[in-house]
Amino acid sequence: MKPAGWGELGWAAVLVVLAAFLPLVANGYWLSIGVTAMMYIALSTSWVLFSGPTHYISLATGAFFGVGGYLVGSGMSDYSQSFWLMAAISPIVGAILAALIGFATLRLSGVYFVIFTLGLAEMIRNVVSWVQNNFLGSRGLYVLTDLRDQHIYWMLLVVAAAVYLLGWFVSRSRIGFALRIIGGDETVARHVGINTATAKVILFTSTGFFAALVGAIIAPRWSYIEPNQVFSPQLSFLVVIMALLGGSGRLWGPLVGVIPFTIIWEWVGIQFPNQSILFIGLCFLLIVYFLPQGVVGRLEELRARMRRAS
Amino acid sequence: MLDILVSGLLLSGTYALVAMGLNLQYGVARIMNLANGEVLVLGALAAFWLYTTAQVSPLLTVILVVPVSFIGNWLIYRFLLTPLVRRSKSQGALEVDSILATFGMSFIIIGVMVSIEGGFFAYKYLSEPISIIGSTTSLNRLVAFLIACAIGLALYLWLNLSRAGVAVRAVSVSTEASGLVGINVPRVSAFAFALGGAITAVGGALISTFITLDASIGVVFTLKALIIVIMGGVGDIRGAIVAAIILGMVETAVATLVDPGLTLAAAYLIFVLILLFRPQGIFGRRAT
Amino acid sequence: MRQSGSVLSVKGVTKRFGGLVAVSNMSFDVAEHEMVGVIGPNGSGKTTMMNMISGAFKPTEGRIALKGRVISDLPAQKIAREGVGRTFQLVRLLPGLSVLENVKAGAVFGHRQRWGREADDIAHDMLERVGLDAMSYAPISSLTYIDQKRVELARTLAGEPEVLLLDEWLAGLNPTELETGVELIHALRDEGRTVVMVEHVMDAIRSLCDRCVVMSSGAKIAEGTPDEVLSDREVIRAYLGDDDA
Repeated sequence: MKPAGWGELGWAAVLVVLAAFLPLVANGYWLSIGVTAMMYIALSTSWVLFSGPTHYISLATGAFFGVGGYLVGSGMSDYSQSFWLMAAISPIVGAILAALIGFATLRLSGVYFVIFTLGLAEMIRNVVSWVQNNFLGSRGLYVLTDLRDQHIYWMLLVVAAAVYLLGWFVSRSRIGFALRIIGGDETVARHVGINTATAKVILFTSTGFFAALVGAIIAPRWSYIEPNQVFSPQLSFLVVIMALLGGSGRLWGPLVGVIPFTIIWEWVGIQFPNQSILFIGLCFLLIVYFLPQGVVGRLEELRARMRRAS
Repeated sequence: MLDILVSGLLLSGTYALVAMGLNLQYGVARIMNLANGEVLVLGALAAFWLYTTAQVSPLLTVILVVPVSFIGNWLIYRFLLTPLVRRSKSQGALEVDSILATFGMSFIIIGVMVSIEGGFFAYKYLSEPISIIGSTTSLNRLVAFLIACAIGLALYLWLNLSRAGVAVRAVSVSTEASGLVGINVPRVSAFAFALGGAITAVGGALISTFITLDASIGVVFTLKALIIVIMGGVGDIRGAIVAAIILGMVETAVATLVDPGLTLAAAYLIFVLILLFRPQGIFGRRAT
Repeated sequence: MRQSGSVLSVKGVTKRFGGLVAVSNMSFDVAEHEMVGVIGPNGSGKTTMMNMISGAFKPTEGRIALKGRVISDLPAQKIAREGVGRTFQLVRLLPGLSVLENVKAGAVFGHRQRWGREADDIAHDMLERVGLDAMSYAPISSLTYIDQKRVELARTLAGEPEVLLLDEWLAGLNPTELETGVELIHALRDEGRTVVMVEHVMDAIRSLCDRCVVMSSGAKIAEGTPDEVLSDREVIRAYLGDDDA
């Protein structure tokens, strides 16, 4: 990820302000699409924070997201805590979990990390269901709040803006520079003096924090929480597709991928509900074979070629 | 206790076979194939489908599956993965590309399988109880174990004794050096990938006789095979066998003593211990 | 028991890979402002020795000290920060970064941990030092082989190392490039840098090195000025085989 400039920050601020008006002009279907899109914008931007520069494909998003949603459900139903308290605790738990996973896997080559995150959501779901069934009683978890779609939307917008701001600072900082070097050649990174494991763990922890926070904020939308629903492995893959489709070389790359993809995904879900898995597969192949740098990368490539030609 | 040992050991036979398949694909062809579990489930679906629609014995399907999955995997390697191998500048870049591409393939295979059979692949074959050294298990488990052992042994002998087998092992040690001594590396890699896929599909057909699978279960088997390969050390057949036995035993123990829903968690626990203490594998030398 | 003025001291270092002994019981010292050549036939363990000094490998036995502080138990990144900079046998650059950023990487995370304007200044100075300041913003893929080697050298220099390790820096250059390369290293010598270099180009060793350590089959077989060691019987035997001795 190249260092982001002040101009880009200005554009981002304008977009955030504009996006804040959506609930005032849209409701029902389009607002609900807006909430989904905003959720994926926050998730995939935080995914890019870590995976963009390092090229480590993280599939842990669904696990952290599920932890956030589940903690809100369990905290409110099993322990009668307030939504706000649980929404504050969730990201901290997500961050701790990410740090532990990072510590175990990120000192080794990237493959181990991908494999580890691959089944993580499923494994945590199994453990959570087991604990739920054996120790907490298997009654349902209810998340009943006064929060409506527009409130959730605004909260997610704030989170997305915060992720962007963090990414903006990181891209201009030493640790952001370190991650780009790690992504280029880890051996070189170590030999110029970078503590590669620490740099990776710190950034991965931040993605765990935000994914769990997003999971907690979105929980009131469902009102009834089931482990099978919040720990969805599919979510991790969707986040990867959206981020890579847009382009993980820029902080705003995912934005370009999320909005069209969310709309197409909703459409596929309605028109071809049984073929949605096939569609995910085709998207991965599209990215690998035709858009390895994402839409943004492709556009930048074209612009560079045109500049050279003129 | 004895029950756990016996069924754990019987389970580990097929695990070891599947891990051998993955080892050929990752260790020799250098492709991290995350669609491995889906190929396995495809083999299981073939056994289920042929048995329920045409009463074809799964043992016959095992034989039928070999050429079909071999050709299928060869085509995948040749036309989808070779371009990635060619364009990659480093092993790291190839890994990222092959991970994403095989994700794509795994979802496509799942999508196709769901449209054939959306439910469980449940059928009964050789399910009569049988008693081995005082422990009761079912005949299909024993048969699957014996077939897995036979195929594994044949593969081991072929790799060590035949000329082509030695070429495969040479490529797994060094692609560059193998090219220099006149081995056709792209051809051997394609062959190893296809063979690995065929073995995986056979493993799936065998597993389906005693475990009920469904279209979306593949990822769990991908993970188990990967954990075995990492635990045993990439390219190490002896290590893979020991690792498969450990995983088979631990899983069976957790499933019987604690909860069947926690077998994946048990596999993860082993995985974490390996990553923390012996990332080079049980028998591996410390990586340099 | 280190020599007075010794910056880098290698004592009784052995490296085993499984049953293979790559380096066995190596000891030598490098004094401040000295340029020491490590030479020997292919496979004699020179690069392994360099990898142990820079922390890519840990010695199985023995220790390596920088200015009296033991560094052989530190990870590579700590050794780099302590002040050991290296280049790689096969040049390693970061293709996604510009030339300037490649060099800046050394300044930002190296011995003195510079940042901002200061790091940029150092990176520009080092690029000028190797004669590449005109290429600062060029993509890495547009560089020739010697220019890539220059960028790598500039990156290492930008880390302001106390000891510079050059692993076959002159290998693979054509005759004209070689001349430029030797001049560049000569200039480093004139600056009074402390350098350990693995090299095959004998002319370069004669003209550049104050002292040579000769390795064969992982062990030190001779040490002295280039002229001394290159006329040593055992060294000739190691290079040419027993028949010619």
